[in-house]
Amino acid sequence: MDSLSLIELFLSALRFAAPLILAAVAGLYSERSGVIQIALEGFMLFGAFVGATSAHILGDGVAGLFMASGFGMIVGMFYGVLVLKLKADQIVAGTAINMLAWGGIPVVSKMLFDVTSNTPALEASERLPNWVPIVVALTVVAVTYVLIQKTSFGLWLTVAGEKPEALRAAGVSPAGVRWIALMISGGVAALGGALLSISLASSYTRNMTAGRGFMALAALILGKWKPIPACIACLLFGVCEVAQLKLQGVMIPGFGVVPVQLVQILPYAITMFLLAGVVGESRAPAKLGQS
Amino acid sequence: MLYRLLISCLGFAISMQAIAGEFNVALILDKAGKDDQSFNASAYRGIQRAEKELGIKFKTIEVKDAASSESMLRALAGKKYDLMIAVGFSHAGAVKKVAPSFAQKRFVIIDSEVKEPNVTSVMFAEHEGAYLVGAMAAMASKKASVGFIGGMDIPLIRRFAMGYEAGVRAVAPKAKVQVAYIGVTGDAFSNPPKAKELALLQNAQGADVIFHAAGASGAGLFDAAEDKKFFAIGVDSNQNGVKPGRVLTSMVKAVDVAVYESIKAAKNQQLPGGTTVNHGFATGGIDMAIDANNKSLLTPEMLKKANEIKAGITSGKIKVPDYYVLKK
Repeated sequence: MDSLSLIELFLSALRFAAPLILAAVAGLYSERSGVIQIALEGFMLFGAFVGATSAHILGDGVAGLFMASGFGMIVGMFYGVLVLKLKADQIVAGTAINMLAWGGIPVVSKMLFDVTSNTPALEASERLPNWVPIVVALTVVAVTYVLIQKTSFGLWLTVAGEKPEALRAAGVSPAGVRWIALMISGGVAALGGALLSISLASSYTRNMTAGRGFMALAALILGKWKPIPACIACLLFGVCEVAQLKLQGVMIPGFGVVPVQLVQILPYAITMFLLAGVVGESRAPAKLGQS
Repeated sequence: MLYRLLISCLGFAISMQAIAGEFNVALILDKAGKDDQSFNASAYRGIQRAEKELGIKFKTIEVKDAASSESMLRALAGKKYDLMIAVGFSHAGAVKKVAPSFAQKRFVIIDSEVKEPNVTSVMFAEHEGAYLVGAMAAMASKKASVGFIGGMDIPLIRRFAMGYEAGVRAVAPKAKVQVAYIGVTGDAFSNPPKAKELALLQNAQGADVIFHAAGASGAGLFDAAEDKKFFAIGVDSNQNGVKPGRVLTSMVKAVDVAVYESIKAAKNQQLPGGTTVNHGFATGGIDMAIDANNKSLLTPEMLKKANEIKAGITSGKIKVPDYYVLKK
């Protein structure tokens, strides 16, 4: 660890993990209520684009976060229309949202800025310092934990995904709970995407989420659909990423230089290893995908 | 009825074009797309210039993955297009498969070599350009410590890395060179946040000049350079203006010139098939960008050294290690 302190490396891991944590929590709301959520990648991309665009136009990073989150809620409701109102297959509808983000954003971007690939770079004053994602992510996890453990909405959310008939018997509409869950899901995932473009980078770049939405889904499963364990799983991915950066090109006596490919499979290898036994059975909400 | 009318109109329009002797070019870009401000953008500039100066007609296609480039190429070659220009190594397999079925059509592949009688391969001496900017990096570094950030870990990017390291060592034999790659998939070229973390890490470990060959991910390096006040070096297009004062220089790859020249040659029926055109300092295909944004950053000694290196490489006095040759 020559000139680098462990704290610095840990902060770097936290920065890597922050957008993942938000996406995983977003997935948690949706999946706990019984709706499969594979559109996290799409929500994040929408958030990254809307966030960077509004931060650029309004000249304020915080405003960008709010706009992104608001737009994410709208996309979340659109997903709700597809799967709750029109009863579309959730995997297909989720994939459709992802494709809409991959294909639709470049079109809008072309209309606004005449380039398909990125939004104009944000000035240093419009960007948010890079501790912001960490604080936002940890706050959202804490709020979610309290919400799920201590409030009646948290209970409804869980019951909507496990035994919706019980919820109905108690006079609460499972569909109503799911609508709210999807809205929160869209807003939180978009927030994660916006932090990526406003704080961790300085503009939206095409497909800049680079698979983070899917990694978040893996973290959610690894964390057994619970906020704190899912957050820890994301942190683990963050640590792997940093370890991976740190290990590249390092000489190990008797082995030679560590090949990049070997180092880069670390996060995936660890997920498989942990899921295969160490964390025990990870059980999805009973009614997941049947709403 | 209306449908038939439309079809006949369309048929008429196409035959009119054929009579006018139009020259149609298809430009097949890779995933990053024509606005990547780097490699693909340069190719697009070339074809725009050809449209203006040579009066050709063109169509641009962005291919999402290597698998779809074959069907795309086949469809284009089966239509009116006379010349297909595939930009990027990822199309090499598709060109090799499709070109033999369209013997009367011409193909150009950039950044890779395909040996077919109707294919012209265009290669750039990236390792020589990287050697030059490596020497500049070593001269600009106050701590004798520099970095390199590659996009996807592929031979093309390793070629950059190897040339860069050799260039650094030529000036400062004991300098520390950190080399890192963003990933092992195409996503590595569109991941600025990770490039930024890599750059911050390399900077924290002493590197005060960092070169990238990572396409759109490079934006992350430029941000880090601005935050931590170190120098970045751009790639492919002239990126000196991205963060004026923080970009030492850019290793420019004149893909635009190569695209323009091959269209011009093909239009005059003079495009040599089955050959490989090599671009380097001698042809102007590879160079180091000097403009108003970085003039004050380059000292007279650096400019002198740059000219020496260019002359040395052109005359063969300086031999730059080439990953393609060494790993064959």
